[in-house]
Amino acid sequence: MKAITSFEQLEGYRERVKAAQKKDLPSVLICFGTGCQANGAVAVAEAFREEIERKGLKVDVNVGFKTTGCHGYCENGPLVVLRPKDVLYLKVKPKDVPEIVEKSLVGSEIIEKLVYKDVNTGESVAQYHEIPFYKYQKRIALRNIGNVDPRSIDDYLLCDGYKGLARALTMRPEDIVSEVEKSGLRGRGGGGFPTGTKWRSCRAVDSDVRYVMCNGDEGDPGAFMDRSIMEGDPHSVIEGMIIGGYAVGAKQGYIYVRDEYPLAVKNLQAALADARAMGFLGENILGSDFSFDIRISRGGGAFVCGESSALMRSLEGKVGEPRAKYIRSVEKGLYDKPSVLNNVETWNNIPVIIRNGADWYASFGTRGSKGTKVFSLVGKVNNTGLVEVPMGISIRELVEKIGGGVLNGKKFKAVQTGGPSGGCIPDSEADLPVDFDSLTQAGSMMGSGGIIVMDENTCMVDVAKYFIGFLVEESCGKCTPCRDGLPRMHRILSDITEGRGREEDIETLTELCDVLTCAALCGLGSSAANPVLSTVRYFRDEYEAHIRDGKCPAGVCKSLITYSIDAAACTGCTLCAKKCPQQCITGERKGAHVIDASACIKCGVCKDVCNFDAVRVE
Amino acid sequence: MGANVQKNKIDVKKIDRIIKGYDKSEESLLAILQDFQRAFQYVPEEGMKRLSRAMGVPESKIYAMGTFYKALSLKPRGKHTCKVCMGTACHLKGAGQILETIERELKVKRNSTTEDGLFTVESVNCVGACAMAPVVVVDESYAGHVRQSKVMDILDKYK
Ligand SMILES: Cc1cc2nc3c(=O)[nH]c(=O)nc-3n(C[C@H](O)[C@H](O)[C@H](O)COP(=O)(O)O)c2cc1C
Ligand code: FES
Repeated sequence: MKAITSFEQLEGYRERVKAAQKKDLPSVLICFGTGCQANGAVAVAEAFREEIERKGLKVDVNVGFKTTGCHGYCENGPLVVLRPKDVLYLKVKPKDVPEIVEKSLVGSEIIEKLVYKDVNTGESVAQYHEIPFYKYQKRIALRNIGNVDPRSIDDYLLCDGYKGLARALTMRPEDIVSEVEKSGLRGRGGGGFPTGTKWRSCRAVDSDVRYVMCNGDEGDPGAFMDRSIMEGDPHSVIEGMIIGGYAVGAKQGYIYVRDEYPLAVKNLQAALADARAMGFLGENILGSDFSFDIRISRGGGAFVCGESSALMRSLEGKVGEPRAKYIRSVEKGLYDKPSVLNNVETWNNIPVIIRNGADWYASFGTRGSKGTKVFSLVGKVNNTGLVEVPMGISIRELVEKIGGGVLNGKKFKAVQTGGPSGGCIPDSEADLPVDFDSLTQAGSMMGSGGIIVMDENTCMVDVAKYFIGFLVEESCGKCTPCRDGLPRMHRILSDITEGRGREEDIETLTELCDVLTCAALCGLGSSAANPVLSTVRYFRDEYEAHIRDGKCPAGVCKSLITYSIDAAACTGCTLCAKKCPQQCITGERKGAHVIDASACIKCGVCKDVCNFDAVRVE
Repeated sequence: MGANVQKNKIDVKKIDRIIKGYDKSEESLLAILQDFQRAFQYVPEEGMKRLSRAMGVPESKIYAMGTFYKALSLKPRGKHTCKVCMGTACHLKGAGQILETIERELKVKRNSTTEDGLFTVESVNCVGACAMAPVVVVDESYAGHVRQSKVMDILDKYK
């Protein structure tokens, strides 16, 4: 490929790719996201290749075939999409493939058993965009994912890729900054800082060298949108960064990718190489006098390295400890040069904002939070996966309309948002619009967009203990409030969940929270209070039940529960007795079984294996 | 540490080859240590020594990185790494009980290696496949919707 050196050449090339593409070819798209691959997508793709060949069909001549990034509906993978009919098949197995090729690819029949069935109404829906999980979404950040082959730059160009860059290069850098400001885009990495403002401050600092960086460390447990974007649409992140580099005057960019995401690294690397070969990176991009390149750095697997100053230390090849907040990275960031760090999803919104204009983007969302946000809707909910909706949708709509309600018809209790820096929002507040400001007011945070649904069997004290435990492990140990305060809080929470709670514990916890909020060095410690304070605020009665009555109402905390078998429901199948690692379950075949509570270690195996739901936890 | 884990046979040529592949700058340190980790399943002491000499960086500094970053381990690992996700989504769906089952059945504590050197069992905070919680990752292969009663079947395949 010869490098493209002008806008005319770019459009000429795009036209040629378009012309070479056969329109309306019956095509099959196989999701190759991590979830679908884990569920067997590789074997399914192989089966399609073989079957297509066996039938004497040719890819790109009679039929289309490609593997794509994640569609977000991972729960039901492997997913297979048929175009142009826009039919979605779920949980496809290699043995289904011949039938699909015969009936739906060559023919135009729909295979009933593979289409979506609504868990609540039992109704089947074959059309991709009619499935409730997709119907209410507005995909801007995820616009290309699932449509493009992440390894094909031509595919990206067919989706108007690098048009934003071409437009940007005709603008003055300061006008790009104004455009981003006007769009109202706020950082998607957690803090929600206005992106345009950040860029403007960086530009204002006098320096020959500036850097732009992409935060792909995605540390919040329960969130995986950045992974999906880097794996499924790497060019949009790269295009966003090139535009950002031009706007702030940087010549070098860095992408810091979490160590757990090898596929993201591979796809980004391939995309960088292609972008370089085509002249979107390197010297004199598209014939302009702007030169820019990007390097990838693999993270070291430390949560705190997602924090901006720690991330920069880590990029410099040092131990990733944060520094005090009064030194701003836009002035002294990477190698003490003015730097802009943005999240993956933030970068990936930039090309469309420049292409379609700030007003278009700002027409979505709420007054203070413009645009859309990708959420990872997970936990105890029927439809789990990645969903993108306009800011301002309510929690209830997310959980009920898109998520299809709580799993197994249980009672909805709360959602947790914002990862370890966020908090829990109860059922009573579920009509709250999801945007940066209302979540903060409710005592939680937007964070990176994890929405973890909790039901009546989730213990809120255990959840608080879980997050504090996470932070104890991930604290870098540099500042005292974090290093000593968090373990102290963890001890108190452990006492409560293990039946040693005392009346004054809740007060002590709140005091420790105050200290951390005021005195911790970085955001890890200063937001660590949220999981505790929000659960105390909304679920104080649950704390009190643990402390005063020695009971865990949700049946989670091991020291406060006992396992027993409901004699009326037990059929005497003996399975639990066989599987019990303590061998403390006895009973005759076909007779009710009994657990010897004194030997029981509450491992939960009996409950897991019981086919008759006869094991009780109280 | 497993008795059968081989500690001594470290190929110094391989170490030097990895170091040579990078610029002589501090920026490369983490990437080189990660390559060691990939090549040897851990960061050997000899590797840290040679890296320190090659880059002119004190050994203590390299050691500090080795202990700070979770992706690096200073102890040899087992033949297979079994990561049990303890992220929020997995936690809510019973990951704790899954980890306990593995610990009990393999007679190993989390973040250590079995006596026979076959498995290193680690708990990790979210592997980014939350829609399939609870998740267990053996080497590079993901298993989702893992049930407590079935988790040993997954591991048995590696025995
Ligand atoms: C402890 C801690 C961890 C963080 N982890 C991440 C992360 O994994 N990914 C991310 O994009 N931002 C993370 N952030 C936020 C970053 O510091 C920074 O604000 C963000 O990357 C800026 O980009 P944005 O303005 O586009 O959101 C973290 C912050 C803290 C305090
Ligand atoms: S919480 Fe387990 S994969 Fe995210």
